[in-house]
Amino acid sequence: MEGLKVSDAKLVVYVHPSKATKVSQAILRELSSLLFKFSEILDGVVLAYDVSTLSEVAKILPGVHPYFGVRLQAKLLLFHPKADMLLEGKVVKLGQQSIHVIVLGFSSAIIIEEDIREEFKYKVKRGEEVFDSASHKRHKIKVGTTLRFLVKSFDEEILHISGSLVPAHTGSVRWLDKNREDWLHADRSSKKRKKSAEREQMWEHNKPIIDASTLSMNTDQSNKKSKKRRRNEDS
Amino acid sequence: MGVKLASERPGFSEMEDVNFTDSELVYHVRDALRSVTLGDSNSYNELIGVIHHTEYLTPDEVALLVTSLKALSGAVSCIDIAHHDSLLSSIFRMSMWSYGPDVMDALVELIISLAASSGKYIDSCLDMLVSNFMPPHYFLALLKQPRGLARKDQVLHRVHSALRDIADLVPLAPLRLLPIILQKMPNVYSKEPMIVIYVENMLRLESGAMGELVGSMILCAVVDRLIDLDVEIEWEDILQDDFSKGIFEMELEDVEETLDDDEQEGDELPRESSSWRRFRGNVVAEKLDSLLVLMFEHLRSCNDVGRLSNVFETLLQSFKQTVMKAHKSKFSQFVMFYACSLDPGNCGVRFADILADIFTGSVSPPDVRMSAVAYLASYLSRAKFLPASFVVNILQRLVGWCWKYTESQDGDINPDAHRVFYSGCQAIMYVLCFRMRSIMDVHRMKSQLFLMPVEALLKHPLSPLKVCLPSIVEEFLRQAKAAHLFTVSETFVFNDLLESEHSRAFGGKERLDMFFPFDPCLLRKSDRYIRPNFVYWSMVRTTYDDDDEEGSSDEDVVDGFMGRSVENIAGDAMAASFEEHDLDLDEFDYSMNKMSITPKNSSNFRFGSELYGSAMRMPSRIRPSTSPESL
Repeated sequence: MEGLKVSDAKLVVYVHPSKATKVSQAILRELSSLLFKFSEILDGVVLAYDVSTLSEVAKILPGVHPYFGVRLQAKLLLFHPKADMLLEGKVVKLGQQSIHVIVLGFSSAIIIEEDIREEFKYKVKRGEEVFDSASHKRHKIKVGTTLRFLVKSFDEEILHISGSLVPAHTGSVRWLDKNREDWLHADRSSKKRKKSAEREQMWEHNKPIIDASTLSMNTDQSNKKSKKRRRNEDS
Repeated sequence: MGVKLASERPGFSEMEDVNFTDSELVYHVRDALRSVTLGDSNSYNELIGVIHHTEYLTPDEVALLVTSLKALSGAVSCIDIAHHDSLLSSIFRMSMWSYGPDVMDALVELIISLAASSGKYIDSCLDMLVSNFMPPHYFLALLKQPRGLARKDQVLHRVHSALRDIADLVPLAPLRLLPIILQKMPNVYSKEPMIVIYVENMLRLESGAMGELVGSMILCAVVDRLIDLDVEIEWEDILQDDFSKGIFEMELEDVEETLDDDEQEGDELPRESSSWRRFRGNVVAEKLDSLLVLMFEHLRSCNDVGRLSNVFETLLQSFKQTVMKAHKSKFSQFVMFYACSLDPGNCGVRFADILADIFTGSVSPPDVRMSAVAYLASYLSRAKFLPASFVVNILQRLVGWCWKYTESQDGDINPDAHRVFYSGCQAIMYVLCFRMRSIMDVHRMKSQLFLMPVEALLKHPLSPLKVCLPSIVEEFLRQAKAAHLFTVSETFVFNDLLESEHSRAFGGKERLDMFFPFDPCLLRKSDRYIRPNFVYWSMVRTTYDDDDEEGSSDEDVVDGFMGRSVENIAGDAMAASFEEHDLDLDEFDYSMNKMSITPKNSSNFRFGSELYGSAMRMPSRIRPSTSPESL
C-alpha cells in the first residue's frame, strides 16, 4: 500500500512551567494533539510517533510566561495519499451508486458508480449486495472485502478519499493476489504499458508495507528533517 | 391538489399511472442536476419545490417527496456544492418532526449518503441531524400529548441511528460532531422544553455507541450548563437574611411557614415545604430542576449497566474544574451526591477521598482547599449511605492534618493566616454534630474517636473554638460534653449568634465559613431523588438526646448514651436509626409541623434535635431536672 512513509523530524516543544515536573506527559500530550490531523509542515496525517529527547537542557523563553523549549527527535508515521496511488481498505457499505471503504481504520473512501469499471455488475444475491465481475467469475466485491483502489483525490480536512476501480489491477485484494496472471495480462494489452510495468515494480517493492503496524521504511522517500515550533498551553 | 409539474418530463408527471424503477428515477434526478450547469434549471427548481412543501401534505405529495428524496440519495455524486446550493440548503433545513416515518426514512438515507460522499458535506449533515434534536417551536405544545411523544420517538430513533451510520462510514465523524453539539446547545435563556430535550439527546449519545469518543466532553458540557443555570439563581431567593437563627434551625423554617400558609389556602394544597413554594415561579430554578432530574435518571441507567464508575471519573473531573470553582454552587453538586448514593462503596468512598486529598494536599490554593473541606463536611454529614466507620476514618485524616498543623505553629489566634486550619476544625466539629451519637454507640469507633487528639486540637492556642462559627461550636460542645468527649472550662457565650467577627474573618470574601453545599436540596423534583439518601438535622440523634420516644424519665437522659447498649443499632448506626424514621412524605411533613408547637427562641432547643417524635410534651430540659447534669 502506498501513501505511508516514516519521517525523521527534529521538533521543539515549548512546555508551560507548571508542567515542569511532568515534562514527558506534557510532550506526549502535545504530540497526541497532532494525531489524525493533516499537517502541512509534516506533509501528511500523523498516525504514530516515536519520540526521544535530544538534550537534557532546555532553553527558557524570555517573556511573561517562561516556557521552556524541549528539543526532540521523533520518528513519525505519516499518511499522505496522492492521486494515482494505490490504497487498500475494507468495504463497509455497498450500493448501486457507490462503494464505501475505510482505509487504515480512520479514513473514509468512496468509489462512485462512474469510477467502477464496466466489468463489475451490481447484483443482489440472497439479500446480500455484491459487485460481481463479468469476466472473472471468482472476483467479487462485497461488504468486508479488502479492496485495492486508485486514489483520485484526497480531502485533507476531513481525510476523505475519492477512489477509482477503473484500472485493471484494482479490485478485491484476495483475488488480485491469487490471479496475478489475469490482470497483468489485461494491463499489458492496453496502451499504457510502460506505466503499468512501472506500477508492477512498485507493487513488488511495496508489498511488505501492507501491514501498517510494522514500521517498515520506504526507502524511496528521503528522510525528512523539519523543525517545528509548538506551544504547550496550560490546560 | 398536487405540485404542478412540467409535462414534458415523463419522470415526474402522473405518478399514479407510471411505474418507474428506482434507477430510472435516479437518472432523471441526475439529469436535472446536470442540466443546472448547462443553464436549464426547470426540473431542478421543481425538485426544490417538492422539498419545500411541508404543510398539509396529501398522500400523493408525501409519495412524491419520498421518491424525490430517495432518487436524490442515488444521485449525490452529481450534487455540486456551488451549483446546487439552494437544493442543499433546502435539504439541510428540513425538520423531521414535520413529517411521517416514510419521509423521515428517505431523508435520513439522503443525509447519510451525502455525508459519506464527500468531506464537504459532513459538517452540514451532522449539523442538520443535531438541529433535529429539537422540534420546531410550534411542536412544543404537542410534546405533552401521546401523539407528540410518538413522533418524538420516531424522530430521535432515526436521528441517533443516522449518526451511528455516518460514524460507521466516516470514522472521524464523531470528532466533527462534538464541536457541533457543544455549539448548538441551547443557552440558559431558551425555553425549558428545548433545553431539556437537547440535553436528553446529549445524554443518549453519551450512553450510545459513540459514547467512548464523545461521552466525557458531553458530560462536562452538561455540568457546565447546570452551573450556568445555578449561578443565575439569586441567593436572596433562597435565604431569608435572618442570621439570628442557628444553622441547624434553618431547616425548621419550613415548618412555621407551612402552618401559616395552610391556614390561608385551605386543605386542597399538598403540604409542600414553603421553600418549594418560593421557587414555583422561578423559571431558572425549574430548568435546573428538570436538567438535574435528567442527569439523575441517566446516572441511574449507567449504574444499571455497570458503567457508573467510568462516568463517575468524568464527573469528578468536571466537579473539580467547574462546580468547585463556581462561587458557592447551590444545587449542581447534588449530581455528585446522587451518583455516590447509587454506588456508595465505590463512588461514595472515592468522592470523600478525593475531597480529603485536596484539603490535606499542598498543591491547591487555600480557597480551593477550604471549599473542598466544606464539601467534605457537608457530604459526610448528609450522606445516609456512608457508614459511620468510613466517616471516622476520614475524620481521622482531618484531625491528623490539623494536629500536625498545630505542631508547626506556635502563634496565637489569627483567623486570616490560618484559615485553612480553621475550616478544617469547623469541618470536624460539623461532622461530629451529625455523627457523634452513632460513633459513640459502637465501641470500636468510640475508642477510635477518643484516641484522636480532638480535645488538644480544639484547646490549642490557635483557638478554633473562638474562630469557627458559633452555632456549630455551641452544638458541638454540647454533644461533646454529653458524650464525655471533653469539656471546656470556660463557658462560651454566643448569644444565639450564627456567625461572629472571627468566623467572618476566616471565611474571607467568599464566606467559606458559611458554606454547606449539601444542605437540603430546595428543588422540588430533584429532591425526591435525594431525599431517601439524605440526613435531615431533624432526624439526627444527638448525644444529649432523649432516646425513647414514648415517655422516658429524666434519668434516661444520662443513661441514654452511656448505658444504652447497641440494642437496635446495627453496624451502620445511622441507617438503623432511620429505619424507624423512614416515613413517607406526608407523614414526615405532618410530624415536622408538630414541631412548631415548641418555643422558637429558647436557646436550649435551637437545634431542634429533641423535638422529633416527642414534640407533644415539653422536653425534659425545662422540667425541674433531677438528672446528674444539672448538678
